[in-house]
Amino acid sequence: MAIEQNNNKRTDITLGPLLFHWDEDKARDFYYKIADEAPVDKVYIGEVVCSKRAPFHAKYIPDAIERLQSAGKEVILSTLQLVMNNRELNEIRDTAGFADDMMIEANDLSAVNLLAGKPHSIGTFVNIYNIGTLKVFEQMGAKNICLPGELPASSIRTLAGAANDSNIEVYVFGRLPLAISARCYHARAHNLQKDNCQYVCGLDSDGMNVNTISGQPFLAANGLQTMSQTCCELSGEIDELQSFGVSGLRLSPHDVDMVKVSSIYRDIADSKIDKTEARTKLEEEVDFAEFSNGFYHGIVGKDDVNSVA
Amino acid sequence: MINDNKKADDKTSDNKTKERLEIVCPAGTPAALEVAVNSGADAVYTGFRNETNARNFPGLNFSPKELATSVEFAHANGSKVFVAINTFPKADNQELWHQSIDDAVAANVDAIILADIGLLDYASNKHPDARLHLSVQASASNAEAINFFNKTFGVKRVVLPRVLTIPEIKKLNSEIDVETEIFAFGGLCVMAEGRCSLSSYITGESPNMNGVCSPASHVRYEKEGSKMVSKLNDFTINEFEKFETAGYPTLCKGRFSTDENDPTYLFEEPTSLNVIEMIPELVDAGVLALKIEGRQRSKAYVKEVVQNFRSAVDSFYDGNDIINDLGNLAEGQRGTSGAYVKKWQ
Repeated sequence: MAIEQNNNKRTDITLGPLLFHWDEDKARDFYYKIADEAPVDKVYIGEVVCSKRAPFHAKYIPDAIERLQSAGKEVILSTLQLVMNNRELNEIRDTAGFADDMMIEANDLSAVNLLAGKPHSIGTFVNIYNIGTLKVFEQMGAKNICLPGELPASSIRTLAGAANDSNIEVYVFGRLPLAISARCYHARAHNLQKDNCQYVCGLDSDGMNVNTISGQPFLAANGLQTMSQTCCELSGEIDELQSFGVSGLRLSPHDVDMVKVSSIYRDIADSKIDKTEARTKLEEEVDFAEFSNGFYHGIVGKDDVNSVA
Repeated sequence: MINDNKKADDKTSDNKTKERLEIVCPAGTPAALEVAVNSGADAVYTGFRNETNARNFPGLNFSPKELATSVEFAHANGSKVFVAINTFPKADNQELWHQSIDDAVAANVDAIILADIGLLDYASNKHPDARLHLSVQASASNAEAINFFNKTFGVKRVVLPRVLTIPEIKKLNSEIDVETEIFAFGGLCVMAEGRCSLSSYITGESPNMNGVCSPASHVRYEKEGSKMVSKLNDFTINEFEKFETAGYPTLCKGRFSTDENDPTYLFEEPTSLNVIEMIPELVDAGVLALKIEGRQRSKAYVKEVVQNFRSAVDSFYDGNDIINDLGNLAEGQRGTSGAYVKKWQ
């Protein structure tokens, strides 16, 4: 299915890198289905959380890229968030070697250093909080910038307004990555060490719920990454994001029907449905967590202004 | 292809392995700075009394005038003063941060500790002679990232994120032309610093945006039956029996359950980092400076920790045994070597 030719104003729906450790077959099937059926314009692909998972993903990523590109999607290679040793650094160097052929998304300053001077993307894990920083990245060749999930609407408006050479993308769907560590919390929860982790992060396809002693939903663990337990959901804010000049809406893959989810965001971005309908439809698809949009509204991140109101 | 970093300052690389290990101490007030200097600090780090620094706590930090006076005192007594301006400016309000950089330069400080790339750009252009250190909040954990900051902004020293083992630090030091400073004692972030928004997710305020983590304004202790419960914005972080000391509810150091497991210290126990016994390995790994955490701590605490580290470093260079007498000052009276030892991960 060819996607309609963009006019300049059309907002891109993008699919962020898969943050969870799905097995090879599940991940391959997922990307094939996205290629064949999902109304997304760009797909970011690559392991960003834990370098130990990368060899598993290497098995399907070339096939997935080919299928996605054949379907008319732009594919961007996304890179590791926390680079701690030379093995990981060499993987980044290898990926950066493709920079003349493909767009690459930097999630750490190591990748920025390697990509500077060439057109590239900056992922949500790189701290861009203000205009001064945005301008430095644009001067180095950033063409696409996905802003940090912590930013409130006022900052998004300012940064989208100040961007000249780059497209600004905002994370609108999925559990938000909140922290990264050298320590693996999945392994720790299973009384294992990282070196002998047995890939237990693969047991939780949307992350592992972390609750307080009192039973309150709190956070979610995903290997080295700590995430929001709530699912960020900004369908109600999309008209405002569009008015700020935000050009990409990023959906983070979850173990739900992402074709339907992406269709809902496509429809709301095109004003074919209203925000109430979008939220209702998304609630039917998402069962792993409550929704939140607190960061966007400058309040506690886990909160959802829709349910407060 | 590795970028060409040849223009990196060779002066630092020649000196860094020859110089004596430097003790960098915290000071939340001018009085604490005096104590740190008198206790043997080679350098003292401070912050301004506003949201430009990551210890933006009530009653803490320096006015520009206090800083200038403190710098004079430190210099007269052979110590250096660094200023941390290590939060990330708001999107359209960078002036406070720029003014703070200008104030730090005017106060004649020995280095400015920065994390935000926009601020590094500002400082390196406006004050090309100022010595810039890279804050741990910039999360530069590898040679490419560190060389980027050196090449682009002339950063002379990097405070390493608490994610690396000592062998990794040693390897790193062989590949960079920048001094390395590591956290040696005190509070232990288990997440890569500067890349953590857990606090704003739970409380609305974060280190990057507000200079605070698990802020005291959101903390409550409540009695529930025989237990004392510590809460952060109504979330239970931990609970304590009568005989236990109720620790501060830093949100990553509580007890949490998963859908399958009973509550455990899932992220980290309430422990403190302490590397005093690892000084020989750290020197061998090329580390130039040891940083003691705790600008929010009392003068008595600063004095005791600094004296212990002074004595340990001097003992090392004199060929004597290092004595670790800091156990009683650690959080939960427990010390850890954190990520510096691989099994922690």
